[in-house]
Amino acid sequence: MNGRYVVSIDQGTTSTRCIVFDHRGQLVSVDQREHAQHFPRPGWVEHDAMEIWRNVEKVVPRALSRGGIDASQIVAIGIANQRETTVVWDRHTGVPVAHAINWQDTRTDALVEELARTPGAAEVERRCGLPLNTYFSAPKLRWLLDHTPGLRTRAEHGDVLFGTMESWLIWNLTGEHLTDVTNASRTMLMDLSTLSWHPDSLDFFGIPAAVLPEIRSSAGVFGTVRTVLPGVRLAAALGDQQAALFGQTCFTPGEAKCTYGTGSFMLLNTGAGPVRSQHGLLTTVGYRIEGQPAVYALEGAIAITGSLVQWFRDGLGIITSAPEIETLARTVEDNGGCYIVPAFSGLFAPHWRSEARGVIVGLTSYITKGHLARAVLEATGWQTREVVDAMNADSGLMLRSLKVDGGMTSDNLLMQFLADVLDVPVVRPMVAETVSLGAAYAAGLAVGYWPDLEGLRRNWHRAAQWLPNVDPQWRKTEYDNWQRAVERTFDWIQPH
Amino acid sequence: MPGQVQSIARAAAILRLLAGGSGRLGLLEIARALDLPKGTAHGIVRTLQDVGFVEQDKTSGKYQLGAALLHLGTSYLDVNELRSRSINWADPLAARSGEAVRIGTLLDSKVLVVHHVFRPDDTLQTLDVGALLPPHATALGKVLLAYDAHGGAYGDLAPYTRRTLATPRALARALTATREAGWASDIEEMTVGEAGIAAPIRGYGGLVVGAIGISGPVERVCDAHGQPKVGLVTHVREAARAVSRDLGGRGL
Repeated sequence: MNGRYVVSIDQGTTSTRCIVFDHRGQLVSVDQREHAQHFPRPGWVEHDAMEIWRNVEKVVPRALSRGGIDASQIVAIGIANQRETTVVWDRHTGVPVAHAINWQDTRTDALVEELARTPGAAEVERRCGLPLNTYFSAPKLRWLLDHTPGLRTRAEHGDVLFGTMESWLIWNLTGEHLTDVTNASRTMLMDLSTLSWHPDSLDFFGIPAAVLPEIRSSAGVFGTVRTVLPGVRLAAALGDQQAALFGQTCFTPGEAKCTYGTGSFMLLNTGAGPVRSQHGLLTTVGYRIEGQPAVYALEGAIAITGSLVQWFRDGLGIITSAPEIETLARTVEDNGGCYIVPAFSGLFAPHWRSEARGVIVGLTSYITKGHLARAVLEATGWQTREVVDAMNADSGLMLRSLKVDGGMTSDNLLMQFLADVLDVPVVRPMVAETVSLGAAYAAGLAVGYWPDLEGLRRNWHRAAQWLPNVDPQWRKTEYDNWQRAVERTFDWIQPH
Repeated sequence: MPGQVQSIARAAAILRLLAGGSGRLGLLEIARALDLPKGTAHGIVRTLQDVGFVEQDKTSGKYQLGAALLHLGTSYLDVNELRSRSINWADPLAARSGEAVRIGTLLDSKVLVVHHVFRPDDTLQTLDVGALLPPHATALGKVLLAYDAHGGAYGDLAPYTRRTLATPRALARALTATREAGWASDIEEMTVGEAGIAAPIRGYGGLVVGAIGISGPVERVCDAHGQPKVGLVTHVREAARAVSRDLGGRGL
C-alpha cells in the first residue's frame, strides 16, 4: 500500500493490539495478542511485563505486514494503555523486579485502610482528585517497596524505576523514563493543578522520588524508537479511557463518551480546570497537547457491564457467545419485573460501596431466561444513567448526547435502551476502536500528520444513532425500580 | 462413483469417539484409538476445532464435542454475532465508499438488515436494523439468493420500478452472473435514482452467511456508462473478504 500511516499500540488488560490508521482515521490493519492473567492468591491479579513487551514486539510488525505496509511509511507511534497497572524494573538490566500489579488487584486493601487513617489523607485525596483506593498506582508501588526484599534501598539509590504500562513501553522503545499527564493523574502522586509530582504526596505514600518517571504532555514527541520500528517518533501516550475521549473528539467542555467493555468508563470534558466531584466521580486529566494547557475530565467508572454478559455466558452457560444476549433478550417484550444489579465486587461510581454484592430481584415463576437476558442488558443502561446524573450534578452541564464506543455498541437493543433511559441521543462513531484511534490521533497531531483538533473533528462521522423513544412515566417507574434494587445490594458483606 | 475422502472419514470417526465414553480425550488417546500418527490426528482435530465441532478444554488440554455441533439444527450464525464480528469492517467500508453500508441475511425469503452504518456525511439518517428488503430488487438479496442452497422459490417478484427483475427467468440469469462475478448490483431496481453493490460474507468452508453492501444515489455509485464503479466494487469485495477472514471463511 502507498501512503503514510500512524501506528497505535493499545496495551490493554487482556491483550495488546497494534492498529494502523490512515489519514482519514480509518483502520487499515490490526494484530493482537493476549497475555496471561496471573491470579496467585484471591484478590491478586498480575501481569508479566516482559510477556507484554514481547507481545508488542510481535504485534507491531504483524499489523504492518497484514496491511502490506513498510516501516518507512509510518510517521508516528501512539500508545494507549490499561491504567494504574504498576511495574518496577531494574534500570541497568531492564528486567522487572516482580510481576506487574494489575489495576483490579485488591491486595492493598489493608494498606489503603491504614493510609486512610493517616494524617494528611484528605489533603492527598484533594490534591490528586481521587479517593484512596486499591485501584490506583501509589498503594501498589508502596506494596512492592514493602514486600520485595531490598527494593526500597535500590529505589532510594535510583537503581529501579517505576512506571505504569506506557512508561514500561516507552522505556523499552526509546530508553527514556517518561509518563504522560493522564497516566500520572492515576497514581495519586500528582498534583492536579500543577501537573507535577507532589513531595508531600510522595512522603505520605513513602515513595522515593528517584523511581518516578518525568511527566510529559499526552501528545508530544517522547523520543525516537530504537527497536520494533527504528527511527519512528513515539509521539503520544494516554491512559486508555482518556485515549477514547480523544478518539471520540470530545474536545469541548460538556462533551462526553462512554466506552462499553468488561467494565464501562464515562468521561466528561470539563475544560481547563479540574471539577471536584460531590457525587462519587473521579477528577482526572483528559489530555494535554504539548504547548497547550491541560484539559480536565470527570470520570465515572462502572465495574461490571460487559463482564455481566460474560458471566451469563461462562458462569451460567445460558448463551454460547456474548452477542447472543441480544437474540435471547429479544424473545421477550420487557424484563418481566426482574432486575439484576451486578455488584460482584461492590459498586463503583457513584455509590463506591465495597460491601455491596450482586442481587437478582423480582423473581417470579413467570421469569424466563429471556427476561434475565433483558435484565442483564438493562443493568448496563441504568448504571450509565446513575453516572450521568452524577456528572450533570457535579459539572452543572446537562449532557445533550452521549458518544459511545466499545464492544457492546454492536448490541442494538442495549443502545436503544440507553437512549431511552438517558433521554438523550446515543451516537456511535464510524470507528469503533476509539481507544486506539485516540492514541493515533494524539501521535499524528504531535508530528503534524493532522494539522489541528478541527482536522480531527472532520474525521469523526456518525455511524449510527439511537433516539429516545419511551414514555417519560415508564422511564421514571423503571428507574425507581432499579434504584430500589440497588439498595438491596448494600451492606451484604458484614465487617468482621 | 468418486472415491472416499480419507480425512473426512477419519474426522467422522473422531467425532464418534468424542461422542462416546466420558466425552473428553487427549490427542494421544485419539491417535491411539484410531491407529493414526499423532500429527495426522492433530491436523484433523485442529480443523474440527476451527469449525467449532470440537473444543479444547483450556486447563486439561483435552478435546470434546463443540457447541457448534450441538446447534447444527438451528441457525448457523446468530445475526447479532454476525453484526458484532463485522462492525470493524463495515465502518471503513462506509468511510472509503462514502455511502451507507448494510449487512443482510435471508429470513423467510426476505433480506433482514442486521447491521446498518450511516452514510458518512452526518446528515439525519434513521437506523434500519431489523427492516426487511425484497431480495430480487436489492444487491444484498441477489447475493444471498445466488448462494442459497435451498433456493428455487424467489418469493413475490414485485416490480418496484421499470428496471426490477420481476420474472424468474431474468432473476435466474442475474443470479448466475452474480455467482460468476462474485458480487451483485442493483441499479434503480428498487428505488428510482438509487443503486447498490454487494458481495458475499463467507464462514467456515466457504458457506455464505450474509451479504455486505453499499447503496446510494445512482450517479455516485455508477460510472458514466451506468455501470457500478470499479473502485466501489473493489471496496465492497475487500470488506466482504475481511469479514469472511474474521469468521474463518475464505471469502472468495
